[in-house]
Amino acid sequence: MSELTEMVETPADVPPGLARRVIDSDLFYSFRRSPLTMVAALVTVILVLAALLAPWIAPHDPFDPAKISIMDSLYPPVWSDGGQSGFLLGTDNQGRDVFSTILYGMRISLAVGFASVVLALFIGVTLGLIAGYVGGAVDSIIMRVADVQLTFPAILTALIIDGVARGIAGPRAYEDIVFWVLVLSIGLSFWVQYARTVRGSVLVEANKEYVLAARLIGLRPATIMFRHVLPNVLGPVLVIATINLALAIITEATLSFLGVGIPPTQPSLGTLIRIGDDFLFSGEWWITIFPGATLALLALAVNLLGDWLRDALNPKLR
Amino acid sequence: MRKEGRFWERLPRAVAGALCALSLSVGVPVTAGTMLTASPAMAQGKTLRFAFQGTLNALDPYSLNETFTLGMLGNVYEGLTRRDKDLNVIPGLAESWEMLDPLHWRFHLRKGVKFANGDPFTADDVIFSADRVRSDGSDLKTRIPADSEWKKVDDNTVDVILKSPNPILFAEWDTFYIMDKEWCEKVGAVKVVSAKDTNPGPSAYEANGTGPFEIVSHQPGVKTVFKRNPDYWGKIESNLDEVDFTPIASDSTRVAALLSGDVDLIEPVPVQDIKRVRDDPNTDALTGPELRVVFLNFNQMRDELPTSNIKGKNPFKDPNVRKAFYQAIDIEAIDKRIMRGLATPVPLLIAPQLYSAPDLKRWPYDPAAAKKLLTDAGYPDGFTVGMDCPNDRYVNDAQICQAVVSMLAKIGVTINLNAQPKAKFFAKVLAPGGYDTDFSMLGWTPSSFDSWNVFTSLATCRDASGKGGPFNLGGYCNKKVDELAAKILVETDKAKRDDMIHQAYRILLDDTSHIPLHQQSLSWGKRKNVEITQRSDDQVLFYWASIK
Repeated sequence: MSELTEMVETPADVPPGLARRVIDSDLFYSFRRSPLTMVAALVTVILVLAALLAPWIAPHDPFDPAKISIMDSLYPPVWSDGGQSGFLLGTDNQGRDVFSTILYGMRISLAVGFASVVLALFIGVTLGLIAGYVGGAVDSIIMRVADVQLTFPAILTALIIDGVARGIAGPRAYEDIVFWVLVLSIGLSFWVQYARTVRGSVLVEANKEYVLAARLIGLRPATIMFRHVLPNVLGPVLVIATINLALAIITEATLSFLGVGIPPTQPSLGTLIRIGDDFLFSGEWWITIFPGATLALLALAVNLLGDWLRDALNPKLR
Repeated sequence: MRKEGRFWERLPRAVAGALCALSLSVGVPVTAGTMLTASPAMAQGKTLRFAFQGTLNALDPYSLNETFTLGMLGNVYEGLTRRDKDLNVIPGLAESWEMLDPLHWRFHLRKGVKFANGDPFTADDVIFSADRVRSDGSDLKTRIPADSEWKKVDDNTVDVILKSPNPILFAEWDTFYIMDKEWCEKVGAVKVVSAKDTNPGPSAYEANGTGPFEIVSHQPGVKTVFKRNPDYWGKIESNLDEVDFTPIASDSTRVAALLSGDVDLIEPVPVQDIKRVRDDPNTDALTGPELRVVFLNFNQMRDELPTSNIKGKNPFKDPNVRKAFYQAIDIEAIDKRIMRGLATPVPLLIAPQLYSAPDLKRWPYDPAAAKKLLTDAGYPDGFTVGMDCPNDRYVNDAQICQAVVSMLAKIGVTINLNAQPKAKFFAKVLAPGGYDTDFSMLGWTPSSFDSWNVFTSLATCRDASGKGGPFNLGGYCNKKVDELAAKILVETDKAKRDDMIHQAYRILLDDTSHIPLHQQSLSWGKRKNVEITQRSDDQVLFYWASIK
C-alpha cells in the first residue's frame, strides 16, 4: 500500500525523483506486464483527449443551431453510397455531423461522469470516515441509511431525484440546470459504496499504532481522520472511483436514453442513441451505432482500468 | 476487508449488468424485428390491439378538443349527428331534424336508445349535455352557440332557439357527445374535467355512452379496454368483441410491436418507417392526406413576452417580425427531410381539399429578406424567445420544432425549445393553462370541415379567458376578420360566402397572423388481416374495423 500513499500525496510534498519512483513502483510494473491494460489506458486517453479537444478537432459545431442545416440531414457515413465528404460518420435527423456530435456528446458524458464520481466520493468518503472513526449511534445511523439506499437500484434513485428536480424547477429552468441535476442524481445514488468501503478500512486502521500515537499527542479527531487515516484507506476508494466512473457514464446515458437526461438540442451519447433509435428500422443505422459503439468502448476501457487497478492493489492477488 | 469483499465481487457484475441493460434497451427493436418470423400471425380471435403514440387521459368528452381523444370517445359516445365514411353528416341520436324558421330548429330523437349502464336516452340528457358543454372548463364550447336556448318539447323532441341564423348549426355535432344526466349526477361528473386538472377524481376515468363500444377498464397511460356494446341500437359493421388500447410513445418500439404482431393497428407509423411496414408481408401502411394543418402561433396579446430578452414590448405585435419568422422557415426542407415528402406545404390554416384559392400563396422562403425585415423592425441582432411544442401529437412534431429552431438561428433568433408530451403541452398552452405560451405549434382540423370554424376557433379576437377564438393561442386580433366571420356564419349564398372567406384568408396572410406549415399525411400501420376505414379526419373508429 506504500506506493499508493506516494501517489496521492501532492507533488509539493514529495522529494525529487517522483517519476523514477513511479516507474520503479509495483503498480507500474504490473501495468507494463498487462498489454490489455495498456490498450485500455490508451483508448481512455484518446477518448478523453478527443472529448476535451472537441472544439478544435470536430469539423462542425453541432450545438450551434445556426450552423446546422436540415438539408444536410440523414447523410450516410462517407464510405457508403450517398455519403458526403465532410460528414465522416454521416449526419443525424437534424443535419448534425455524427462524428462531431459524438465528440461534443462525450464531453457531456465524461463531465457528468467525473463530476458525479467526485460528488459521490466526497459524500461517501466523509460519511464513511465519520461512521468508522466515531462509531456508535452515528455509525449505526449512517450505515442504516446506506443499507436502505442499497436496496434501491442506482438508476431508480437517479430517476427519483431527476423527477423531483424537474417538478420543482419547471421545464425551462430545468434545461439550464439539467447538468447539475444529473450530477446530483448520479452522485447521490453511488455514495453508499464509498461509505461502506471507507468505514470498513477505517475500522481496521483505527486500531493501528499511528492512530493511537496521533491521539496521544492530542490531535483533533477531524485532523486524525482526514490527515492520517484517510490517506491509508484511499486505495480501495480509488478502485471504486474508477469503476464507478464507467457506471456513472452509463447511468447518464441510460437516463438520457430514457428521455430524462440531457435534452436533444445538446445531445450526450445517451441522447444520441435515443435519437438514432427512431431510425433503426428505416436503415439509418449510423445515428445510433456510432455513439453506441463509442459509449461501449469508453465504458469498457475505463472498466478494464478499474479491474486492473483492483488486482494490482489487492495484496492477496500479488 | 473481508466484510467488504462482497463489494469487490459485486462491482464487475454490476458493471456488466448495466452494460447488458443498456445494450438491451438499445437492442429491443432489433430483437423484436427478428421475432417477426418467429411469431406468425396467429388466430387473433376478435380482439383488436391498438397502439397510439400518446395517451388517452380523462374520458370526459368535453375536456379536450383533440381529434385523437374525441375519436377514441367516438367509439363509446354519440352525438345527435354522426358522419359517414366520407364525412357526410348523417343522423345519429337525432333521427331527423327540421328548421321551423331560421331561428328555430327542432330535433327528433331516436327512440329506444339506452346508455351503457341501461339508463334510457331522453331529451333531458340532450339539454343537460348542451348546458354542460357550455360550462366552465369545457374545451368544446364552440360546438353550440353560447346564447342558444335548448327546450324540451317531449321526451323525444328538443327545440333549439337561436339568437341569429346559423346554417351550419349542427356541422360539429358528431363530436358533441351526449352524456347521461342521471349517470353524471350519480357519479359526480356534472362539472367538466378541465384539461389542466391532474387529479380529477374517479368519474373522469369512466365513460357511459350510447355508442357501439363501452369502456370496461381505463388506466391512463397504460391500457384501455373497449368491449362491444351488446345492446347497441344500430348495426355494427365490425366483428370485434374487444379492443385493447395501449400508448407506445417510442416510434421504433411501436413499429416493432406491429411488425412482431404484438399489436394489430398503430398510429402513426413514423414517416421513415412507412416503406418498412409496406415491404413486410404481414403488415401494411394506410396513408392519405389528412385534413389537418400544422402551424405556428405568435403571442400577440401579451405586452411583454416572459420568455424573451426583449423587455417592455412584444416583438410579435409587429407584423414584419412575424413575416421575418415566416420567411426564415424553409418549409420545403422540412417536408423533404423530416416528413420525407409525405406532407403538403399550405398557405392557409385550412387544408387545400377544404378551401384554396390560386392567389393565396405562401410567402417565399427567403432568409435574406427575413433578416432585413427583422433589422428594419429594430432587431438587427435578433432576440430570444421560448417555444412550446408537443412531442407526441403531430407527425414528427418535435423534430419540426427543432428544425425551426435551427432555421431561426440563422436570422439571429434564439429559440428555447420546450417539447413535451401532449398532456402537459395542452394543459399549458390552451385556455385552462391561461394560454401560457409565446410561440407555439398547433395542428387543426376544422370539425365542421368548413372555413368558418377555422376563423372562429383560430383567428378571431379573444379575451384572456378564451372568449372569442378559443384556440387562437396567440390572441391574433383583427376586427375585419371578426366582422367577416360573423357574416360568413349567416350567409347562405355560396358565391358571396366564398368571397368573404377569401377576403378573410387574405387578411390573415397579409398580417402573417400565424405561420401555416403543412398538411400532414395520415399514416396508420396495420396487420394485413385488419380491415379498417381510414377517414381523412384521422379518427380511429373501431366500429368500422374487422379482423379476418
